[in-house]
Amino acid sequence: MKILNLNIKDSIFACIAVGMIAIGCEKKLDVQPYQTLSEDKALLTESDVSGTLVGAYDAVSSAAAYGGDMMILNDLIGNRTNINFRGTFQALTEAYNTSMISTNSFARDTWSAAYNTINVANNVLENTSKVTSSATRKNSVEGQALFLRASMYFELLKLYAKPFTDSTSPATNLGVPLVLTATKAPITEADYKARATVKAVYDQIVADLIKAESLMPSTNTKFATKWAAASQLSRVYLMLGNYTEAAAAANRVIAGSGKTLTTEFKNNWFTYINFGGVTPNEYVFYIKVTNQDGANSFNTYYGAPLGAFPGSAGRRDMRIQNAHLNIYEAADLRRAFFTGTSGTTRYTLKHLDRFGDVPVIRLAEMYLTRAEANFRQGTSVGATPLADVNLIRKRAGLADLTAVTLTAILNERAAELALEGNNLFDSQRLKKNIGTTAWNSPKLIMPIPQREMDVNKQLVQNEGY
Amino acid sequence: MKKFFLLSFLASFLMIGVAIAQNTTVNGKVTDESGAPIAGASVLVKGTKSGVNSDAQGNFSIAVQANKVLEVIAVGYESRQVSTNAKSFLIVLKQDVKSLSEVVVTGFGGSLIKKELTGNIARVKGKDIEYMPTPSVDAALQGKAAGVFVNSQSGKLGQAVTVRVRGNSSISASSQPLYVLDGVPVTANDNSSYGGDMNPLTDINPNDIESIEVLKDASAGAIYGSRAANGVVLITTKRGKSGKAQITFNIQTGYSEATKRLEMLNSTQYAELILEGAKNMDDFYGDPYDDPASYTTSAKETMDYFSYGEWAKDPSKTYDWQDRVFQKGHYRQADLQIRGGNDKTKFFSSMQHLEQGGTIIGNELTRTTGRLNVDQQANNWLDLGVSMSLSRTLNKRLPDDNAFSNPLQAIALMPMTPFIDPNTGLDAGTPPGDVNVPVYYNPLLSIKYGSFTQEVFRTFGNTYLKAKLLPGLTFQSEFGLDYLSQNEESYFRSETIKNQTRATNGLGTNTGAFITNYNTNSYFNYTKVAGVHNFNATFGMQYQQSQSRFNFTEGTDFPSNSYQKIASAANKTGGSSSQSDFRFLSYFLRSNYIFNEKYIVSASGRIDQSSRFGKDSRSGFFPALSAGWILSNESFLKKFEALSFLKARASYGIVGNAEIGNFPQLGLYTGGAGYTGTGGQRPTQLANSQLQWETTAQFDAGFDFGFFNNRITGEVDYYVKNTTDLLLNVNVPATTGFSSVVKNLGALENKGFEFVLNTQNTVGAFKWNTSFNIALNQGKVTDIQGQVIEGGVSSMNRVVEGYPIGVFFTPEFAGVDPENGDALFFKNTKNADGSMDRTTTNDYNQAQRIVAGDPNPDVIFGLTNNFSFKGFDATIFLNGVGGNQNNIYGMGRYSSASMLYEDNNTIDQLGRWQKPGDITNIPQARLFTVNGSQASSRYIVDGSYIRLRTASLGYTFNSKQLSKYKIDKLRIYVSGQNLLTFTKYPYWDPEVNADSFDSNIAKGNDFYTPPQPRTFLVGVNISF
Repeated sequence: MKILNLNIKDSIFACIAVGMIAIGCEKKLDVQPYQTLSEDKALLTESDVSGTLVGAYDAVSSAAAYGGDMMILNDLIGNRTNINFRGTFQALTEAYNTSMISTNSFARDTWSAAYNTINVANNVLENTSKVTSSATRKNSVEGQALFLRASMYFELLKLYAKPFTDSTSPATNLGVPLVLTATKAPITEADYKARATVKAVYDQIVADLIKAESLMPSTNTKFATKWAAASQLSRVYLMLGNYTEAAAAANRVIAGSGKTLTTEFKNNWFTYINFGGVTPNEYVFYIKVTNQDGANSFNTYYGAPLGAFPGSAGRRDMRIQNAHLNIYEAADLRRAFFTGTSGTTRYTLKHLDRFGDVPVIRLAEMYLTRAEANFRQGTSVGATPLADVNLIRKRAGLADLTAVTLTAILNERAAELALEGNNLFDSQRLKKNIGTTAWNSPKLIMPIPQREMDVNKQLVQNEGY
Repeated sequence: MKKFFLLSFLASFLMIGVAIAQNTTVNGKVTDESGAPIAGASVLVKGTKSGVNSDAQGNFSIAVQANKVLEVIAVGYESRQVSTNAKSFLIVLKQDVKSLSEVVVTGFGGSLIKKELTGNIARVKGKDIEYMPTPSVDAALQGKAAGVFVNSQSGKLGQAVTVRVRGNSSISASSQPLYVLDGVPVTANDNSSYGGDMNPLTDINPNDIESIEVLKDASAGAIYGSRAANGVVLITTKRGKSGKAQITFNIQTGYSEATKRLEMLNSTQYAELILEGAKNMDDFYGDPYDDPASYTTSAKETMDYFSYGEWAKDPSKTYDWQDRVFQKGHYRQADLQIRGGNDKTKFFSSMQHLEQGGTIIGNELTRTTGRLNVDQQANNWLDLGVSMSLSRTLNKRLPDDNAFSNPLQAIALMPMTPFIDPNTGLDAGTPPGDVNVPVYYNPLLSIKYGSFTQEVFRTFGNTYLKAKLLPGLTFQSEFGLDYLSQNEESYFRSETIKNQTRATNGLGTNTGAFITNYNTNSYFNYTKVAGVHNFNATFGMQYQQSQSRFNFTEGTDFPSNSYQKIASAANKTGGSSSQSDFRFLSYFLRSNYIFNEKYIVSASGRIDQSSRFGKDSRSGFFPALSAGWILSNESFLKKFEALSFLKARASYGIVGNAEIGNFPQLGLYTGGAGYTGTGGQRPTQLANSQLQWETTAQFDAGFDFGFFNNRITGEVDYYVKNTTDLLLNVNVPATTGFSSVVKNLGALENKGFEFVLNTQNTVGAFKWNTSFNIALNQGKVTDIQGQVIEGGVSSMNRVVEGYPIGVFFTPEFAGVDPENGDALFFKNTKNADGSMDRTTTNDYNQAQRIVAGDPNPDVIFGLTNNFSFKGFDATIFLNGVGGNQNNIYGMGRYSSASMLYEDNNTIDQLGRWQKPGDITNIPQARLFTVNGSQASSRYIVDGSYIRLRTASLGYTFNSKQLSKYKIDKLRIYVSGQNLLTFTKYPYWDPEVNADSFDSNIAKGNDFYTPPQPRTFLVGVNISF
């Protein structure tokens, strides 16, 4: 009996001991994540680098970046003449009323989205040596990462720094922090960067874009091509007042890209509703949006769900003022590209399409840039300014001009590119006031996000915040 | 006392078969006051070690010498002594209502009599929360346990509840307590894909609960080591009792309605305000009022357009949109409980069906649960048992508060907007009518033409084996499972297009969550009593493994609204699957030594390892020590007859927190960074391989006392909790591409005072008992090294050194300039001499932010009064919080914003500034223009309240009246919940926190948040 008892107990003890050891095994605690990958396993091969480049496009396509907020802010800030903002996002209301405060959430999110993209691009740039399949592929990867990084710095300067054209010197005016290396844990002092000057950032942008254009391919499916880099460069040169290079860059796109103007102006829009998502051949650089992926802030804020346009959507936040129509001639097809009758109910038809691609740069802009730059320089690189302007006018249903002036070119630019995210940029470079606000007013410049000011003592806030 | 302890817990094992020669045999029966037999009562011959247990019918038979005294003891009853001079007798035991004799569960098979406890454990009896119209156990704790703060957050059904034990002890990691159901740590975090956080504790039937123990101090909690920093809530379900099977059937029915409505402007008042705002702006810009581009024209157009032209015809016609979204919700609940067994087998079984309609349209909760708990004595050394609960919870959920489709946001709609579009006869905004009217989305459309249903199947299972190895030594092994299987299905018809912009031809989603959480406990328990020495120790291990898997599909373009499953969707627009696991491995030890019924020392410790931390830092040691001194057992206090009990106790220990989510220690890339059809990855998280436990050291000292034969009992406690090595999301510059990294950084403390008083005010025919508890807690963040950590509505909640977590940090509103109606703010900048610049400015950017309020209450209390007289019983339960503020900026920025938006306004806005000299706090109306509507202390308001939480009145028919119907007991009752609220809070409900913003930091926010329901019930309870 006693022996039996002991046996039972012994076997119980044995079970416990075995049980404890079996599940006490330390290895049980080495659990790995599923949807994410430990960084030491993430960037080992060419496909890892290529995948990270795609990740950079994912980052740049976020709503707060080229998903459209950056362009929306360019259109919205102070723009009471053209837009009647009726949304409930107070941060946007403040931008519209030029009464932004340092905690403005769009200022915070756009800043973060830009630098997130920059960091992903920097990760790609530090690992291009792993792209070994061909030199062309390696160049392509490097060029695209440079293009995305430069584009984000350009957008940051537009929103957060004094314009290059400001009367005070860009060599001393503060731009944004220049981060050119990938961030690694742990964060050190070196990661708390001060703002570089406006000029220093532009120098980097120009260098990156020139190199990007030289490395990138001519065709690249939905991804950026060398023509995207060249067109972005033409914008940068316009801001810098370097019209020779602006004309040259625009001309390279027109001559080399194979892009063509759509036969009708309206075919640039409703790309999803009417064309099943086929991108118009006029788009030089754009963010692809599908019904599964991507955001289109143009649609979010300019759009409205309208019975006459099945599939249309949007928050109806940015309605179009009566006064805006004055920029179009009476016969202009673009003047009729609206719905609604008053500043309370009028919407542009450009952005009704929820899944339509987000246009960043269209070929039409290259013609207008070339025309303007040629006109200013008295040159005819590629074509005469008159021919370029008339090409755009013709598609808009307008009669040819017989002679052009700078005003005519700029008016044409305003009519063609209206409500596509260029208002602040063109106002700054052309020193054109926005409504009653002076073009160089600090109120048009967004605050360095309070979050950044709080965490990084190296930063200096913009005037007025 | 020692005898009491020993016998009531060990007698049932030790006494069986003990037989000493006796002279005569005495027969008796033990019953309760209603005459129901008490099985398992110990019948002891006083002064000897001999005794027997009563059987299932309450009968016993004991051989005893004459003129001896028998002592009859049963858990939960007052013991009685009887002389053995009679041959047979009926012994009626009274229920013991004195809390000092209560048995308190301490975790891992342990239990102590409250008297001998050295830690702080609050006990809530299942009976106290029985048949309350509160679907989840955590909400039921409100006001019942000192130092346990409960905020139900909103009136939506099945939503997450905030529970804080002795304050908020973490910033970035969870501050919710650990919930342990019958030994198994349960999944208690949100897994839903829609609306605010849901509450997985809703799957537990509160009526199955025997008791809830809240382990508050480190000594009590240390056995749960790494998981105990926020307190541990042990939920113990009912077990069987030997004796005749008792069948109890309870049915209750009633209704709920919202506790409050807000008074908004009518159409005439609204028109007056918007036109005044327009005029002011036209004057400012110098525009003629009749200019087509003037604000006045725009305001008139707006009112015409958004009223389908009706405003011009009848400017006074008003539509109160609140009427459209509040409803009377039904409440129906049926419970069946069967409890019984014999001396070898005992069982408890229950079934419940609950149907509850929300006070907001579209909200409905249905729950069906079943439970079977069985305990079996296999032989004289082995016990085994199983607990099993199955439940199905079906919740028709509402969107989160910050959604245009949140029904309460209808209050924002202009009062002249008709409910029905006169052109179509359909609800305003329904296609084919103009979807751009009303001014915002009509949330009714999502209720009428959309649905979101969450269905949860939940299994709680636990099996155990308990072996007596040697005298005093037992071994128990448990295996428990908590399986949560959740399916969420939604379909939005094309009528909801303005809100669901992808629902052109219908939008359907289907989401699954499968959470398997299993747990094993294995431990030895050793008890040794030798003379005046009483020793008890528990040693064992615990292993927990949790696996969460999710999947998701979405489709659009359905052939018609008759097809709502994704099988019929022409476009499958979304799909996903994901998984996340965590594991804990722990060893624990607890020992308790009592000397001479006077001196108690207890020591415990636990070693924890978790998959959540770095390989070299994943192990943590959590020790605790406590001591008690029962002063009333000392001879020098015996002479104070009024003092029946006094114990001093103190504890100190270290507990931890690991609730920071999975894999915070790793540097991570996400694979979810594809770009429109091409797979991609990008870095998302910075590594911290040194990451380890957040630890809380807690000191607790207190007294337990009893006066007048323990008719008055109570507890006083003082505690200090110091949390260090906070698991903190430390901000990094966004220029790095990251926003934060989890580090062990910072410290905070909670200090507090708790007082509990239980009194039996009257005894006899009219009985009146009172329970009162009050707790003061002061939290303070002592060090975050200058981190700025924000959350909540407009990031107004902030962590500020020197203040409690989540204070409202915002500029200080200084009223309105009487000259021009401008909103003013105090500058609050530092002057050169260090003083504050108290001058005012109308430039918001010049005003510094200050700490303008605190969402954490300074004081919380609960007060319960129970009355009984003959068959009648009544309960009145009040609870309250004080010293906290709420943030109403969520709605206030729209409805009290001087016509920045077209929203309807609260009635107080009529008091706006109109002409120079007006003294008011409401700035001049300026249409579509900011004037004082920025975040500021203007929107921080008092959130204190006292609430008549529950009141009930019942009548129990006596057994004589019932015996011919074979009914043991029949009680009919009426009860009500949230009947009265005393508060200065201007919006719906001071007990609020908007689910869209909820976090540790973001508390006290109101964002069109539905108020708590006021519920009225009638019920019948029958026992057979």
